[in-house]
Amino acid sequence: MTTIAPPTRNRKAAWVHYLPYLIPGVLAFVLVIGYPLVMNVYISLFKWKGGMAPMRWYGLGNYADLLADEAFWTSFRNSISMIVAMVIVPTLVGLILAAVLFDVLGRRFGPRVASFLRATYYLPQILPVAVAGVVWNWILNAEDGAINSILAGFGVTDPPNWLGDPALAMPSVMLVLIWVQIGYPVVIFMAALQRVDPELYEAAELDGAGWWARFRAITLPQIKPETFVVTLTCTVAALKVFAPVYVLTRGGPEGTTLVPSYYSFLNFFDKSKVGYGAAIATVLTLVIIIVAGVILAFQARAERREREGR
Amino acid sequence: MSAVSTSAARLRPAKESRVDARHHRGAARWVILGLACVFALAMLAPFLIMLLNAFKSPTDYSQNGPLTLPQTLYFDGLVKFWVRTDFPVKLWNSIMISGLVAVGGTLLSLLSAYAIGIGRVKGRVALIAVFLVANMLPQEAIIYPLFTMANAVGLSNSQWSVIIIFVVIQAAFGIYLLSSVLSTFPNELLEAAALDGAGRWRILWSVVYPILRPTLGVLMVFFFIWTWNEFFIPLVMLTSNATQTVPIALSSLQGDRMMDAPTTNAGALVSLLPALIFFLIFQRTLTRGVTAGSVK
Repeated sequence: MTTIAPPTRNRKAAWVHYLPYLIPGVLAFVLVIGYPLVMNVYISLFKWKGGMAPMRWYGLGNYADLLADEAFWTSFRNSISMIVAMVIVPTLVGLILAAVLFDVLGRRFGPRVASFLRATYYLPQILPVAVAGVVWNWILNAEDGAINSILAGFGVTDPPNWLGDPALAMPSVMLVLIWVQIGYPVVIFMAALQRVDPELYEAAELDGAGWWARFRAITLPQIKPETFVVTLTCTVAALKVFAPVYVLTRGGPEGTTLVPSYYSFLNFFDKSKVGYGAAIATVLTLVIIIVAGVILAFQARAERREREGR
Repeated sequence: MSAVSTSAARLRPAKESRVDARHHRGAARWVILGLACVFALAMLAPFLIMLLNAFKSPTDYSQNGPLTLPQTLYFDGLVKFWVRTDFPVKLWNSIMISGLVAVGGTLLSLLSAYAIGIGRVKGRVALIAVFLVANMLPQEAIIYPLFTMANAVGLSNSQWSVIIIFVVIQAAFGIYLLSSVLSTFPNELLEAAALDGAGRWRILWSVVYPILRPTLGVLMVFFFIWTWNEFFIPLVMLTSNATQTVPIALSSLQGDRMMDAPTTNAGALVSLLPALIFFLIFQRTLTRGVTAGSVK
């Protein structure tokens, strides 16, 4: 591929003439993301109540304090639960749902049935997650929530406090997140399955391979690229999760559903510990970049192996 | 999509084995359909419960529970929510912010991607990597400086601060996507236009833009929905009733005394209707754009 030569005398540096098109993007980017990101790291080196209050140099003190902060560790431990609810369960269930929709229902009952079911699974994804969270908050509410009202109808006198009981809050939040997230892998995987050559299945079917054997030997390897994309985007989303926690539990009860993003928000705008909040946000950023890097490295290795294997 | 499956069906030669298999799984496929439908019902259950209880009076709710149809239609919840949040204002804020971000973000993406994908400026790989990382950043890592900056330039509690921020955040994804699309743009078209004496600006708008339009349409729909659904940055930046968006308005009433079951459900219903309607209207744009992208 050769670079095109636009109407210019200086062919060698044709790209220079395109720089004006890049300037607005780069300027806006530096102003809105680059500079604030650097400033956030700078702030994390101070003790600061925010606003007009004086900033006192603290060096890496905020980070040292984090290491001794039980809530900080809890928030990152809870990130693992978020990954289970937003990555592992939706990917596994989504894979099976997509295969069933595409393979069984799409073929035997027609594509309309499959796309209708897909749409119902995808619905939670297009709505504001905060709004969905408010509905769930009411459904799970201990006093007048839908679930406990139904239970009361069955004569349950002491129904569980879904979002208020430290032992139940996290499973409840996870359930909501699974519900929110499941449609995304279903849609991506169904699109991926359409890419797979149907003759592969035909051949396997003629060889007498059952559904499960075909799923493992053909479907899984063929849709690996999409699986990586889903894993990467969902893991990043799980580490960043904020709105569902905010509208469901605000990190409670007793910090059992605290997540890093909410903990940094709390320090910024509630506890007026801006430097500390900035340190949490910086650590979260690093964790996300490292985790994303690891997933991308895995993907590169898998692709390399595949090429060598052939 | 349906075209793919029908042509695949036509390719299938082994009719007899197919009939055999169908005979075999006669019962199993109905069980699977049943399970898939039960799962669909479970996914829809929160919406159904919300609909059932949005127009049910509180006494009706406490007597008959959440699963019955309302005895009489009760609109007080909706009215209370509408008046209390000044809903038309919130709706307008959401539409204005999301609409301007959709247009601005797409424009910014197109200009930058033109320089990266077609201009092939030096360091483009690094640039794309930076935009990709920016897309993964947690918003907490930029929010406090942004908050301070908005205050410093007199944009505190202004929709414009949110618009500017999201134009850039969404463009980070748009630039990544469009750059890779444009890097495969047919060279002959560009060369022909250049031979006809068209400059870079003319080529962008009369050659690149028309061909890219379906993709740009998809990008705009995504930017609109994503911005509409955003929560964290609007929550921090928009602090008064006059500037807040729909999701913030609903969540800010949580724990309020007036938020009984009908008010909560009616409020949630009107809050998610715009996103739903917008999605249904533009679903065709989406499918068209997606197929247009895959054909190329």
